[in-house]
Amino acid sequence: MQREQKSVRDLKIGEKGVICCLTDPEMSLKLLEMGCIPGEEVKLNSRAPLGDPITIIVNDYTLSLRLDEAATIKLKA
Amino acid sequence: MSEVLAPAPASVPHTTVPAARKVAKIALIGNPNSGKSSLFNHLTGLNQKVGNFPGVTVDKKTGISQLTPNLKAQVIDLPGTYSLYPKSLDEKVIIDLLHDKKSASYPDVLIITADASNLKRNLLLFTQLADLKIPAVLALNMMDVAEKHGVKIDVAELQQELGVPVIPVNARTGSGLAALKILLSQELEAPKTTFFTIPENLLVMVRQIRYYFELSNDYLAWHYAHQYHKLSFLSDDDKEYIGELVKKYGFHSNALQASETVDRYTRINGLLLDAMRVTKAENNEQFSNKLDQVLTHKIFGYLIFFGVLFMIFQAIFAWAAYPMDLIDTGVATLNAWIHTQAEGPLVDLLTDGVLAGLGGVLIFIPQIALLFAFIAVLEETGYMARVTFLMDKIMRKFGLNGKSVVPLISGVACAVPAIMATRTIDNWKDRMITIFVTPLMSCSARLPIYTVMIALVVPEKYFLGFMSLQGLVLMGLYLIGFLAAIFSAALLKWVLKTKERSYFIMEFPTYKMPRWKNVGLTIVEKVKAFVFQAGKVILAISVVLWVLSSYGPGNAIEQAEKRAAAELTSLNLKDADAEAHVAGQKLEASYAGQFGKFMEPAIRPLGYDWKVGIALLTSFAAREVFVGTISTIYSVGDSENISTVKEKLMAEKDEFGQPFFTPARAFSLLIFYVFAMQCMSTLAVVYRETKGWKWPVMQLIYMTGLAYASAFVVFRLFS
Repeated sequence: MQREQKSVRDLKIGEKGVICCLTDPEMSLKLLEMGCIPGEEVKLNSRAPLGDPITIIVNDYTLSLRLDEAATIKLKA
Repeated sequence: MSEVLAPAPASVPHTTVPAARKVAKIALIGNPNSGKSSLFNHLTGLNQKVGNFPGVTVDKKTGISQLTPNLKAQVIDLPGTYSLYPKSLDEKVIIDLLHDKKSASYPDVLIITADASNLKRNLLLFTQLADLKIPAVLALNMMDVAEKHGVKIDVAELQQELGVPVIPVNARTGSGLAALKILLSQELEAPKTTFFTIPENLLVMVRQIRYYFELSNDYLAWHYAHQYHKLSFLSDDDKEYIGELVKKYGFHSNALQASETVDRYTRINGLLLDAMRVTKAENNEQFSNKLDQVLTHKIFGYLIFFGVLFMIFQAIFAWAAYPMDLIDTGVATLNAWIHTQAEGPLVDLLTDGVLAGLGGVLIFIPQIALLFAFIAVLEETGYMARVTFLMDKIMRKFGLNGKSVVPLISGVACAVPAIMATRTIDNWKDRMITIFVTPLMSCSARLPIYTVMIALVVPEKYFLGFMSLQGLVLMGLYLIGFLAAIFSAALLKWVLKTKERSYFIMEFPTYKMPRWKNVGLTIVEKVKAFVFQAGKVILAISVVLWVLSSYGPGNAIEQAEKRAAAELTSLNLKDADAEAHVAGQKLEASYAGQFGKFMEPAIRPLGYDWKVGIALLTSFAAREVFVGTISTIYSVGDSENISTVKEKLMAEKDEFGQPFFTPARAFSLLIFYVFAMQCMSTLAVVYRETKGWKWPVMQLIYMTGLAYASAFVVFRLFS
């Protein structure tokens, strides 16, 4: 089930999703503090030219993070 | 841990700002990019001092602020953070300060800065601080940006909800500052509102910690339970005490932290319903997004970035050369003038030892000032975040950070300002690796050695009519240095263990105009830090080196001088050549000369003799000194002229009457200088940036070892 669930990593540019849960317990603390709260809306804003890192819009501001970090933010179906 | 001699009794109420007799201590705290540093600059101006927090590499910036004509306060600028649960070593400083009431810098008042255009996230830290019940003011910055985004904040309502005074400020223009100062000059109360309720089942444990440590409130005790292993002021017994309680009550720090954060955001969302009105939805940062389409573009993004790097490189390589020449001739002229006024060993110490060393410190100022002018602008505008964004994927492979590019490229001009520039790298491990490998980049001080040695053994041949063989070899040396830096970084990535997890998760700031006052203050701060902290090490070593090369055991120097003078007539030398001959003989008789002979067995496997040994020792002051020393020891009159130096060196014979500088010896020397840490200024600046001798010493051993081994291999291969 975990593998099939969509994460922020899978979003297309401009696409939105709603955060369901965070899978990495330690990293989730950082993500929560930065405003990635379950129930919040995220939008993929841009990708770096080499595909990684990416920027997302969450909590009314732009956040940049790496793809493997984005993969821990799962989205609601 | 705390150095306070007479600790204040725990019962002293801290809710009042002490009057004029004792200077109040104010701590500035807030999210990164919330205008905290600008506010600090406005409050203190040039009255800033940079010191150390114990055990970390972050600078402790303090300053004096004149609140009212007869009331001063000490302001301390804490590192920017998103929460009171530190994620990096730098942020740990904050809890060490705020959780220890006996700490010498424990603040009487907090100024909490918040970015109004990003209020929700900024209030997370605020609510945590408010729960600590330290008297506080909220400085609400960037109201204008918020309004542009269609966000309207009702300040009176917000103040009501938050329970502390809220002052709108503009950290760019300084408006609102007067109100802030007046407020700070009065007595402030501890925040009344509590934002987080400690779960009831854990209250017994929290109270136990609270009473054991005589803490003023539950939330502080709650933090002790979460972070006891990180608090450096607690003794091992204290930590064990908390550790056992935590185990007994099944206190799951991670899960509790997560639910605390979610609770706080829920609370913040609730209170902002009344205090904040969003009129226009989702139009934020249009300008930044447009600019990003170009600046982080697949092709233009990199082209522009390399353009910026090229500009920085030009500035510290070419533009800085003019003021540096001026400092150089200035010191030389002053020295010459002093020599016309007085003579004697003390005068020599002053001129050739102290003033020359001082010149060696001052000479770096133009490069440091120029590099930090650029870096401050890159940081201020928000472009530095894009640099990281563009370069992260490539640099990460080598254990470096996207931001490592700027120091590495600057290292081609000079490692000293380059290493100071690593301060922009937030992650401790990435920063240490960058500092460690930057001196491997071939800096401009190596160029004179490269030029002389290449001219000596590489023929002036051309391929395809335009590719100079000498040029190719020179390029090869730069390339070897670069590869050594990259691979050493990759190696260190595996060797270096760290408890700190590396995140990339960071705010992507919008583009802003740079605040020139901040740029100016950054330059002043960096120059001051270099001159006063690294400068004294450089000065000390240069005096030692001067003594070693101008004094010898007994009256060896005088005898050498007499002998040399007697030989002059028989050798038929005149003027400059004659002077050079005497100087050469004197150097041979000095301690440095003795040392060269003493270490000859160690450097013989590399193909060097004691004369090269002397040059290795003296060029520790700075690599380019090698050419000067070699000229002195081989009695070259005009050391400024490369072809004269070259002729002399070519004429030098070894013990078998063959030319001494064979390609094997020259290449061995070249490789040695590519790798060797032959620069006391770099060591001094690494000492200052890492706040200890561990890193510079490891660097010295690693680089010298690498240089020695490679030079040995090269010498064997070519001979």
